[in-house]
Amino acid sequence: MAGKPKLHYSRGRGRMESIRWLLAAAGVEFEEEFIETKEDLEKLRNDGALLFQQVPMVEIDGMKMVQTRAILSYIAAKHNLYGKDLKERAWIDMYVEGTTDLMWMIIYLPFQPAEAKGKNLALIIERATARYFPVYEKALKDHGHDYLVGNKLSWADIHLLEAILMVEECKPDVLSAFPLLQAFKERISNIPTIKKFLQPGSQRNPPEDEECTENARKIFNI
Amino acid sequence: MRLLKGNQEFRSMSGKPKLIYFNGRGRMETVRWLLAAAGVEFEEIFLDTREQYVKLIKDGSLMFQQVPLVEIDGMKMVQTRAILSYIAGKYNLYGKDLKERAFIDMYVEGITDLMHMIMMFPFSPPEVKEKNLALLMERATQRYFPVFEKAFKQHGQDFLVGSRVSWADIQLMEAILAVEEKIPAVLSGFPQLQAFKTRMSNMPAIKKFLQPGSPRKPPPDEHYVANVLKVLTEEWSPH
Repeated sequence: MAGKPKLHYSRGRGRMESIRWLLAAAGVEFEEEFIETKEDLEKLRNDGALLFQQVPMVEIDGMKMVQTRAILSYIAAKHNLYGKDLKERAWIDMYVEGTTDLMWMIIYLPFQPAEAKGKNLALIIERATARYFPVYEKALKDHGHDYLVGNKLSWADIHLLEAILMVEECKPDVLSAFPLLQAFKERISNIPTIKKFLQPGSQRNPPEDEECTENARKIFNI
Repeated sequence: MRLLKGNQEFRSMSGKPKLIYFNGRGRMETVRWLLAAAGVEFEEIFLDTREQYVKLIKDGSLMFQQVPLVEIDGMKMVQTRAILSYIAGKYNLYGKDLKERAFIDMYVEGITDLMHMIMMFPFSPPEVKEKNLALLMERATQRYFPVFEKAFKQHGQDFLVGSRVSWADIQLMEAILAVEEKIPAVLSGFPQLQAFKTRMSNMPAIKKFLQPGSPRKPPPDEHYVANVLKVLTEEWSPH
């Protein structure tokens, strides 16, 4: 029964948020089944639904897909967000791996000891402004196009917007030295599917709060 | 394999891919495996000094200031997964369609998680080594190997996905050998994987890679760890 993709994860952003972003940007409606307790996770495991006993898991096109990157790659390719050939895909992959590394620093922040938080936050801002954002600013400057790769919207653009918004939640003026990224942010935010996802009432999750973090700790034994 | 040192231009004159990394396995080893299995000759430049690394950054060769770096087809590719995906795509090791690619990606990601545990071993303090080894054994035999054992049992084919060798098979082979170095009898409960290992070992390109004198690197030792830390860590120096 070819239905909507079904996402299995806990409430909150975590590793599933990029998948929500990509599906939403591609205009694909999806359902979510939330793991609220440890028992929910155990049930999925015991049912043999999780290839490596882990979530995210996305039921899509008859597959129970796991591993975030595999899921994202599949969605990107299926919905023509992965470039037109092998080389464009290589650039998209490189860019996405960079934004993934940056976002992972932020995702993991609530799970760090409280005393390290200040230091880690400073490192995130440093990495964002010294290592990652300059790369995308330069890419946009060099080719002058609206999108990162192949003059067409791709997974790389959607992932970069997600990353920018996440870092801005840590430091609102973080884009002050990156005029092209500021313009990029406006442009991509105004794409109808993305604009809709950014509005209240969408399936987008707010930043992790204490309760969310505590819950994730309990379910996943972190 | 030519060893180039010093301030040489990192430009491949021969058209072969050029791998820039430390002289050891690390994150580059899977790239070496994949190229070798695809029958692709490559060159290597080893990072022995911090100066080489700093120069690479200053030259703008490292997109995110990190290695691995692979110069291939006019691109300076970074990010291991991106590099491997490109090589797999180029040399027909990525399945025949989107769904096969999805399975290859899932398998590869799982194997990568397992390999990551091994890769971090030499860098962890001695007091946790015992615990890490136990966790590796548990993960290998309870989480990862059963998946691949089951896949072979269910479809009865020689390869993991689509009855043709793919990136997933090559990386699984690499992982099996890496785990066996730490836990020699680890495949004892996995007859399908034992047969798989034998089959893969006999594929000509892989057989060649497994012989002495190939670009395959030995397991990491303290010397390797010291080199990595030396190259990557900024040292205070008086002006």
